[in-house]
Amino acid sequence: MCGIVGLFLKDPKLEPKLGAMLTDMLITMTDRGPDSAGIAIYTRPEKGKAKLTVQSANAAEDFKTLAADLGKAIGATVTMTSKDTHAVLTLPADKIDAARAAVREVRPSARVMSAGEEIEIYKEVGLPKDVARRFDIAHMSGTHGIGHTRMATESAVTTMGAHPFSTGSDQCLVHNGSLSNHNSVRRVLREAGMTFETENDTEVAAAFISHKLQEGSKLGEAMEATLTDLDGFFTFVVGTKNGFGVVRDPIACKPAVMAETDQYVAFGSEYRAMVSLPGIETARVWEPEPATVYFWER
Amino acid sequence: MQTFDLEAQGLRALNSTLHALKGQTNQTAWEIINPKGAHAIAVGLDAAVDVTVRGSTGYYCGGMNKLATVRIKGSAGPGVAENMMSGTVIIDGDASQYAGATGRGGLLVIKGNASSRCGISMKGIDIVVHGNIGHMSAFMAQSGNLVVLGDAGEALGDSLYEARLFVRGSVKSLGTDCIEKEMRPEHYEILADLLKRGEADGKAKPQEFKRYGSARKLYNFNIDNASSY
Repeated sequence: MCGIVGLFLKDPKLEPKLGAMLTDMLITMTDRGPDSAGIAIYTRPEKGKAKLTVQSANAAEDFKTLAADLGKAIGATVTMTSKDTHAVLTLPADKIDAARAAVREVRPSARVMSAGEEIEIYKEVGLPKDVARRFDIAHMSGTHGIGHTRMATESAVTTMGAHPFSTGSDQCLVHNGSLSNHNSVRRVLREAGMTFETENDTEVAAAFISHKLQEGSKLGEAMEATLTDLDGFFTFVVGTKNGFGVVRDPIACKPAVMAETDQYVAFGSEYRAMVSLPGIETARVWEPEPATVYFWER
Repeated sequence: MQTFDLEAQGLRALNSTLHALKGQTNQTAWEIINPKGAHAIAVGLDAAVDVTVRGSTGYYCGGMNKLATVRIKGSAGPGVAENMMSGTVIIDGDASQYAGATGRGGLLVIKGNASSRCGISMKGIDIVVHGNIGHMSAFMAQSGNLVVLGDAGEALGDSLYEARLFVRGSVKSLGTDCIEKEMRPEHYEILADLLKRGEADGKAKPQEFKRYGSARKLYNFNIDNASSY
């Protein structure tokens, strides 16, 4: 099954409440995906800075001197805030690629969840309410965010198999469904230089879109291409630095509901995920059409 | 009027209360408040009662209904009125996928649009949609009537048996073995009655519809049709 929630804020006044609203939506989707949960939050950027979110099963040990070690490796000042198994490392924006590579050298047991100027990804195995609490998502502010509750079908229930998947700077994707041609698409993308960390089908969809964006496609074009090149069932929700998009396969078995007001655009696998949003009673609520790309950019 | 607060009292309490109305009851009018998209609201009713749901519903609202009238003052999630036996389900807003699936009787009225697979495998239910319907609607529909005042999506009536499909607007494409058929006097009569009961007689006239039905070419296996199965 799996549950997806997403929120793209138009009204900056709601930004301090983004984490709280997404947490509430995510927990409502628990019975669609109790295996694991994850959330990507886009925050207002700090000028000239970028962020790496890393995860470790042995956080206490791995994070102790991570900021200093990484700073030394890339020759820049790195600051760190840690939450449970995750840590966010803030560093000069022009050092982000070097830092992503250097983490593998200085902490081979840590995994990079996301990299970019705005994105932070938190994901773990466990009930959505527990995952949200461990990372205190409810107190995060931001401009837009995507959450996922997973009921695994295609690969193991692990931290790295949880969604969102991030395969490019400030990009992420969550998925409800399963892809049948992910092995062959992964092979093609590997030859094109994309790297993969799991055997998961959704990571292939994320990398497919990242690769298209790298090649110069716009977000809408990259999402459109999933309809011809990816085979299987899918409702995808995609996040980028300034955008948020939705696409469903032509059969559209996997549910999707959207709501829009002057203050936000919201996505939910089911309407009940959105019932606590402000002004939902008068929002425009609709079901996205099959094989149709929707996206909002600021 | 009995009022039931779903959020405060819970789904099991609601459905067991409504199931207990079977047979004679004086409590014939019910109102459900705070539905908040919950699943399985008012399923399996078996009494001639009138239930109004004040808001939008999740999966399977009014499923397996017998005798009752269920009114949804909002939109309905997937599988609304699934396998309805008799009675009426009326939705003021839109309906999600497979509305009225496998329904054996009764009347389902959708005043907004219905999405994909509306009336899939319907077996005697009548469905009146004031707006449009999505792709693969009436797939393998066996009997009953599907009336659409708006447009139909791709592959309407694929592998259809004996259900009648009446569409006023455009049909994006017909499914395998579904063809347009002539409107005879009895069809105008059926349609006029359904439009009236479906609260749509002020919106459309029977003369504005086309009828679609089965070409009956796929009833028995024929090797020449192998690519169509």
